[in-house]
Amino acid sequence: MAKVPLEKQTLLNVNGDEAVAWAVKQSLVDVVAAYPITPQTIIVERFSEFVANGEVHTEFVAVESEHSAMSACVGAAAAGARAFTATAANGLALMWEILYIAASLRLPIVLAVVNRALSAPINIHCDHNDAYGMRDAGWIQLFVENVQEAYDTTIQAFRIAEDERVLLPVAVNLDGFFLSHTLENIRILPDEVVHEFLGGYRKIPKVKVDYLEDEVPLVLNPARPLSFGPLDLYDYYFEHKMHQIEAMKNVPEVVREVNQEWYEISGRKYGDGVLETLYVEDADVIITVLGSTAGTVKHVVRKFRRDGKKVGVVRIRMFRPFPHREIAEVLKNAKVIGVMDRGISFGSYGQSYLEINSSLYDYKEKPMLVNYVYGLGGRDASPELIEKMINELLSDAERGYVENKLRFLGVRE
Amino acid sequence: MALIEKTKVELGKAHPLDKYLRIERIPTLWCPGCGLGVSLAALLKAIDRRVKEGVLDPKKIVFVTGIGCTARTSFYVGFDAAHTLHGRAVAFATGAKLANPKLELIVLGGDGDIAGIGGNHLIHAARRNMDLLVIMNTNFIYAMTGGQLAPTTPPGLYTTTTPQGSREKPMNVIKLLAAFEVNYVARGSSIYPQLLEQYYYKALGMRGFRFIEVVSTCPEVFGRHIGYRDPVTLYDELKKRVKVKTKPSIEESSLDWDRGIIIGEYIVNDYPGYIELIMGGKK
Repeated sequence: MAKVPLEKQTLLNVNGDEAVAWAVKQSLVDVVAAYPITPQTIIVERFSEFVANGEVHTEFVAVESEHSAMSACVGAAAAGARAFTATAANGLALMWEILYIAASLRLPIVLAVVNRALSAPINIHCDHNDAYGMRDAGWIQLFVENVQEAYDTTIQAFRIAEDERVLLPVAVNLDGFFLSHTLENIRILPDEVVHEFLGGYRKIPKVKVDYLEDEVPLVLNPARPLSFGPLDLYDYYFEHKMHQIEAMKNVPEVVREVNQEWYEISGRKYGDGVLETLYVEDADVIITVLGSTAGTVKHVVRKFRRDGKKVGVVRIRMFRPFPHREIAEVLKNAKVIGVMDRGISFGSYGQSYLEINSSLYDYKEKPMLVNYVYGLGGRDASPELIEKMINELLSDAERGYVENKLRFLGVRE
Repeated sequence: MALIEKTKVELGKAHPLDKYLRIERIPTLWCPGCGLGVSLAALLKAIDRRVKEGVLDPKKIVFVTGIGCTARTSFYVGFDAAHTLHGRAVAFATGAKLANPKLELIVLGGDGDIAGIGGNHLIHAARRNMDLLVIMNTNFIYAMTGGQLAPTTPPGLYTTTTPQGSREKPMNVIKLLAAFEVNYVARGSSIYPQLLEQYYYKALGMRGFRFIEVVSTCPEVFGRHIGYRDPVTLYDELKKRVKVKTKPSIEESSLDWDRGIIIGEYIVNDYPGYIELIMGGKK
C-alpha cells in the first residue's frame, strides 16, 4: 500500500480513549458490547456517538456487566462479526472466565484495556496488575506508550487477531488517566486506507472438518452447522490446547509484519513491533518498562547519555506472547538490568521480571537483574524517581553485585 | 466567611443524628441537589427510632455497599460498613448474615449496582427470603461514571451510551420481586422523606427479605440528560410524576417517567426468613 503523506493524515486533538474510539470507528467493526467503568468509559461514549450519527454500521449494545460484554463479543465473533469491547481493572476481572473462552475458541476479538488498579481498596488510577492478571488466558497483549500509538495499535490489533496464522484475541493496553484522559495531537489515516489495511470486513477463516471431508467457514451458520466449544475431555482437549500454543508461536512474526506495513503506510513504527530499544548497543545499564512510563524513562536516559553514562531502554510492547529470545539478545551484554513493573505477583516478583529472568537463564554470561516495582494505584513515576533508580543501578554495575533484587520505587518507608 | 465562623459548632454535635455519622468524612461527595443525602437522613432517623425502641443495637448494624454514588454511603456512616465490589453487595451481605445472624444487614446501591450488574444476586436473595434490608436508589442513570444507560433509564432518553435515545425499556424491580415470597417491598422517593422514613422504620422491624426502592433526583447527570439541569426544576418535575398511594397493586408498579411513578408499600408479608428456616425455627 502507498504511503499516506502527513498532510493527508487528519490532525486530531484527542485523549487516549477517544483515539481508540476513532480507531474502532475506522475498523469496520460489526458489534460493540460494553459496560461502563472508569477510566474506559470515554471509548464507548465516543463510539456510541458515532453509532448514533450513523457514521458506522456497528451494532452497539449497552450490556449489564463486563461478563456479559465479553460473552456478547464471543457470540458475535462466532457468528462472523468483527467484535470489540473495552474495560478496566475490576471489569476485566469480571470478564476473566470468558477471556479464556474467547482465546480457546480462536475468536479474533479486540479488547481495549485501560489499565487501572484492582480493588481493594478501590482505586481508579493506573497500574498493570489488571493486565498481568490475564496473562495466562491465551490473549495477545500489547502495551502502548502514547495516544498516537493507542490509535495505531488498535487498528493493527484487528489485523493481528484475524491473521490466519494467529486467530487469537488481542488486548490493547493503555495506561488509565496517563493516556486515557490526556490530550495529545495525533494523526489519523483516511477511512479508506484503514479499510484497505484491514482487508475490508472480517474474513471468515476456513477449517477442515474430518467427517465432512471438506473445508468449511469457521462461523455459526445454520446451513453448515458447527458446534463451538462442546465437551472435550482427556480425549482431545490437550491437542486443542496445542493448537493455541502453536498459534502463539506465529504471533511475533505477524506483529512485526503488521508494524512494518503500518510504517510503510503511515510513517510510524514502534521498534520492531515487539520491542522498542534506545541506546542499548553499548549500555552498561538497561531499563525495561511497559506502557506510558517508557516516555519518562527515555527522557531521563537521554539526560544520562548527555552526561556520558551508558544507559539504555527497552520498551516491551508485546507482553504476550513474551519475546524471550529477542529480549535476551538485547539485554545479554549489559551489566545490570532494571526491570520496571507497575504491578507485582504477591509473594513473588513483578510479572515482567519473572519473564526476563527466565529469558536470560540459558546464557552463560548474563547481566544482573533488579526488579523495581513502582506506581501502584497510579502513584506517579516522576523523572526524579527514575533518576534515583538509574543512579542505584549504575552504582550496582560499578560494584559488580546487587544486594536487594526486589526494590520499591516511590513508596513510603 | 464571617457567617461561617459565627455558625460554626463543635464537630459531631451539630445534629442529633451526627452520632451515626463519621463526621470527619463530611461533607459527602454527592452533588448539590442529589437525593442521596435526603434518603440517608431518613434512614438514620428510622434507625434512631428503632434503636430507641430497643429493636436495633447500633453495634450490630452493618452497611454493605457495592460501587457507585449510592455505595459511597458506607464511607459516611458510623456503623460497621463494607464497600465491596460492583454488584456484589447482596452476596456479601448474605455471607455476613449467615456468619453472624445477630447482625442487621443494610445493603445500599444504585439501580445499576443492585438491578443491573448485581441483578442475579438480588433475585436469589429474594428467593431465599434472606434476612436483609436492600435499599435501591433509582436515579435512572449510571451517574458516577458520567451518565450511561442504566436498567431504569426511561425509553428514548439521551445518555452518553445512547446518544440517539435509548431503545431499551426500563426494569420494574418491584414487579420482579413480586415473583417471590418476600416480606416487604416498597417504593419511596427522596422528595417525600417522611414517607420514606416510615418505610425504612417499618422494614427495620421486620424479618426476611425487605426491599425499598428510592426514586431519587440526580440533577448533575440524569437532570442534564433529560433537560432539567437545575436541582429545583428536577425536584418539581419528579414531584409532578410521583403519586403516593396506600396499598398499590403490583400492576401499578411500572417505572414510567412519562405516565407517573406510584410510590407506596407494594408487598407486606411475615414469612419466616432464611435464617429461621435453616435454624429450624430457633433463633
